[in-house]
Amino acid sequence: MNFKLRVWRQEASEAKGRLVNYYATDVSPHTSFLEMLDIVNERLVEKGEDPIAFESDCREGICGTCSLTINGEAHGPDHPGAACQLYMRRFKDGATITVEPFRARPFRLVRDLVVSRSALDRIVQAGGFVSARSGSAPEANSIPVPKHDADLAMEAAACIGCGACAAACPNASAMLFTSAKVSHLALLPQGNAERTARVLRMVGQMDAEGFGNCTNTYECEAVCPAEISASFIAKLNREYALATLRKKSGM
Amino acid sequence: MLGIGQSRLTVLNPTFSLPPRPTQPADRILIVAPLSAFYRSSIGKKFVVAVTGVILIGFVVGHLLGNLQIFFGPEYINSYAEKLRSLGVLLWVIRAFLLVTVVLHIYFTIRLAIDNRRARPTAYAKKDHVKATFASRSMTLSGLIVLAFIVYHLAHFTVRVADPRFALLKADPLNRYDVYSMMVYGFQNALVSAFYVIAMFLLTLHLSHGASSFFQSLGLNDKKMTPRLARGARVFAWLIFAGYTSIPVAVLLGLVRPAQQL
Repeated sequence: MNFKLRVWRQEASEAKGRLVNYYATDVSPHTSFLEMLDIVNERLVEKGEDPIAFESDCREGICGTCSLTINGEAHGPDHPGAACQLYMRRFKDGATITVEPFRARPFRLVRDLVVSRSALDRIVQAGGFVSARSGSAPEANSIPVPKHDADLAMEAAACIGCGACAAACPNASAMLFTSAKVSHLALLPQGNAERTARVLRMVGQMDAEGFGNCTNTYECEAVCPAEISASFIAKLNREYALATLRKKSGM
Repeated sequence: MLGIGQSRLTVLNPTFSLPPRPTQPADRILIVAPLSAFYRSSIGKKFVVAVTGVILIGFVVGHLLGNLQIFFGPEYINSYAEKLRSLGVLLWVIRAFLLVTVVLHIYFTIRLAIDNRRARPTAYAKKDHVKATFASRSMTLSGLIVLAFIVYHLAHFTVRVADPRFALLKADPLNRYDVYSMMVYGFQNALVSAFYVIAMFLLTLHLSHGASSFFQSLGLNDKKMTPRLARGARVFAWLIFAGYTSIPVAVLLGLVRPAQQL
């Protein structure tokens, strides 16, 4: 298969970037999108040109490292799934494919398609943990967790922290990410002790990073490779309002 | 000279670049009183927009029910208007309350919209929307056009400065202001009616997102309810459209005629 690529090239954070055309020729339909970029890069290196910088790690859709906006959709057109799980057979032969980085102010562009997502780490550092040592795996029934809560916490915990939610959001809001991290701990007894401080701190950090505000367009859940539901954002809103009241009343 | 976001270090050593610092340290948010922090937070601002939105939806419904009395004849709508006017001070309290609500709704929305613009300094060269509806993406625009309409609407039917013919209207047989005939003469102008219909379409667009979105902002929905509420809001918004536009349409079709000749 043959493709025309329009790839965002940018030397460094402060440099001016632009879309550059490349041609990916004789690509097998079973090549993954990232492998296709590897092939293009090998040919660029052979010609003595700078390869396209992009991030990847596990290439099996579980690590959340790959971060490409392909044809205007975070992780490309195959939802749900990370960009590494996208195969070239998904595109028409001869198609033009636009590849851009995840765009949001807190995602500082490092080079080409690589952005720093440390802002998400700082949101987790602000409270997305349980301070007490939880020890080794306890006896399953020593702390009873209702099945419904356990399932919901597991759904939220599926977030791989890739940042596609913020990249796809028309407002570059990281609410889906933050809501998943807050909900997953708020739903479990182990996370309950720090529930109030956690949500206030994490939302505070999220706002301080300069992410936009959620306007309930639900674009985030449509591109999320882990299928995190936007209903966790409703839960986050609820948690935040209740935490404010608890703090206000000194509870 | 140091530019914005440029550190002295960058100037001394041009190859060294620091990541831009967050604009506001998170800890500052927790030091101040929690409730004022709430209104400065992204979630708190959304709460204000949602609560004021619900109040305004209440007004839109109430106002429609009042206006639909035009189909029962002059007796109903004129006495309804007379009752509203006889509220006196209370009427002004309600008006002031609605004005404050509208101002808060717009003020907080604009602050959110400015943040949102800033949150993506470099736009995508190509952006597709998988799920975000047109209505949800154009709330600011539809809202501002509806605002322009409200200003005209108040000048038209409340202050009555937009149509010189209204000055010629006589009181009805029971010596009340003839609201019925005023509405009919007002809507007989096809251009005015067209503007009303367009404004109502934008209000419908605004409500088709807003009437379900507030449940999410206030944290009142879950996974099961979200699609149901979205459908419900669309049906609700189109009912509002049908209700409001039925009045100018009925007047233009000659189904509702003035109770007095000018």
